Amino acid sequence: MSDQKDSVWVIAEQIRGEIPVVCIEIIGQARKLADELEVPVEVILLGKDISDQLDLFFFAGADVVHLGNAADFENYQADIFTEIIVSLAKKQDPQIMLIGSTFMGRELAPLIAANLGTGLTAHCIDLVLDDNGILEQQVPAYGGILSIICPEKRPQIATVARGVFPMPALDENRSGIILPIEPPERKDIRVKTLEILHEEPKGVPLESAPIVVAGGAGAGSIEGWLEIQALAETLNAALGSTRPAVDEGWTELETMIGQSGRMVSPEIYIGVGISGELQHMVGIVGAKVMIAINNDPKSPVFEQVDYGIVEDCRVFLPALVDKLKNIKELGGRAAHVV
Amino acid sequence: MDSIFRIVVCVKAVPEPKAAESIKIDPVTRALPRLDIPLEINSLDKNALEVALQLKETLPAHITVISMGPPPAGDIVKECLALGADEGILLSDPAFAGADAYATAYTLARGIDKVGPVDVVLCGRASSDGATEWVGPELAVFLDMPVVTMVREFVETKGTSWQVKADIDHGYRLVQVELPAVFTVTQDVNTPRTLSFSGIIKARKREITTWGIDDLDLPAESAGLKGSPTIVSKLTYVESKRECQIIEGTLDEKVEFLIDKFAEAGVIT
Repeated sequence: MSDQKDSVWVIAEQIRGEIPVVCIEIIGQARKLADELEVPVEVILLGKDISDQLDLFFFAGADVVHLGNAADFENYQADIFTEIIVSLAKKQDPQIMLIGSTFMGRELAPLIAANLGTGLTAHCIDLVLDDNGILEQQVPAYGGILSIICPEKRPQIATVARGVFPMPALDENRSGIILPIEPPERKDIRVKTLEILHEEPKGVPLESAPIVVAGGAGAGSIEGWLEIQALAETLNAALGSTRPAVDEGWTELETMIGQSGRMVSPEIYIGVGISGELQHMVGIVGAKVMIAINNDPKSPVFEQVDYGIVEDCRVFLPALVDKLKNIKELGGRAAHVV
Repeated sequence: MDSIFRIVVCVKAVPEPKAAESIKIDPVTRALPRLDIPLEINSLDKNALEVALQLKETLPAHITVISMGPPPAGDIVKECLALGADEGILLSDPAFAGADAYATAYTLARGIDKVGPVDVVLCGRASSDGATEWVGPELAVFLDMPVVTMVREFVETKGTSWQVKADIDHGYRLVQVELPAVFTVTQDVNTPRTLSFSGIIKARKREITTWGIDDLDLPAESAGLKGSPTIVSKLTYVESKRECQIIEGTLDEKVEFLIDKFAEAGVIT
């Protein structure tokens, strides 16, 4: 089993001792692909003091866990991690390798792919096998879905964000093999993570928020953006954004929703000044009610939501925020109506 | 050791993002329309250039800007010269067409080899059109240099051992890296200087160097579509599953409508 070729690999990780949810989600998808291909799922994990968390990998569908458990692995180290994974992959020839679109994954994936001389698809929103068993790596583009394939080179590598695949059903009767990875002897370390610092996320976390207020380029200016922020605060909602809003510098990358950002599934999504680009919209398909506010009645966003409001956000949002504050002060809507 | 600090900044000419949104698959023909979208410098690459320009204010440095793209991308390289870069190189050849991130990074690496010894290579974190984030780190592999992606701050840039802060989920990491090295930067790293409209027009007169495939140590099978491990197998149109009701009425009525919806969903009382 340890010499199995053609297996489906998942590169897992630990962040401050925790296994990110996306790792378990993609093991679930790896299991589905592996079942179709009739091959095992193998997980690579490098970290420190993590042996007690491996059951979850097996419950989610892993057959083998290659475990590097060493003090040197506590923090992500680009050079060492790349070297270990590349040399293991060269020996074992996996046919598919899935990596979470975490910050580590987004740096490690291209380092692995370039070293192995193979292709890599960024931030896939679905992964399916075609009739020949080739992995179709789907990404949104041009208002449609592009299927990208890596027809000849192996492994076929894809990154996937948290929330793209559901949390798999955990089978507590499953178990598997743990194979140790020895730390390599290093001659020169060119790049070293000295420390990892945690910053409290600002505001309400996007992934678990019941309400998400997201803003886009239609905010027009930082003043417009502050109105969107004010709405999010008043509603106690998580603040989301599109790539143009991040590129304008109005908000941080962490707030970006969509293919290369976060996936959300709130009760209510309110998109303000958002044009309806699919790269953003694929991040909110799980929302129950979707509302868009945009001053352009022809905006494609109105084809993708439940309710549309055609207004300039810089006029409409202050009115809405005032009303919401009024209701709050009066201690609820019922009082207000009376 | 050469006393001049050598910096290469990789830039990409991207379709103007606002206009690029109009490139949409046709729901009837299922084909992409051919539109003439104006090109501009990728937003995050301006931050990368700004890092170089600010370094040059602190030490004797030479900044080479390099881009791979069709001939019109040369205008973007010229703009970088007008902003303060010393030398501009456009890698342009029909043989480079159809490159994925891997082939792009490989071609850029061979271009940078030809530039000569380099201390630092700077890239934007991602491009606004491709948005893979792969070119910087893959370039580092092909140049056999270490890389730090998503750099938000250059903390220590003296000597050949640098310290930078790079974004991670809910925080940052402090990384020490030995030069020569590749860095990709986020928009938080600085506020880039810009050219006035007349500056952009004047920049058109600047001279740049263009290299084709024969100028580089690059076999044809490693460039463009041939050198790309990934290909697009199909483009599918997606129908929206939602039907939109546009709310009519006065501004106040629309506010009331939303308040009702919020109450129905239980998000306000």
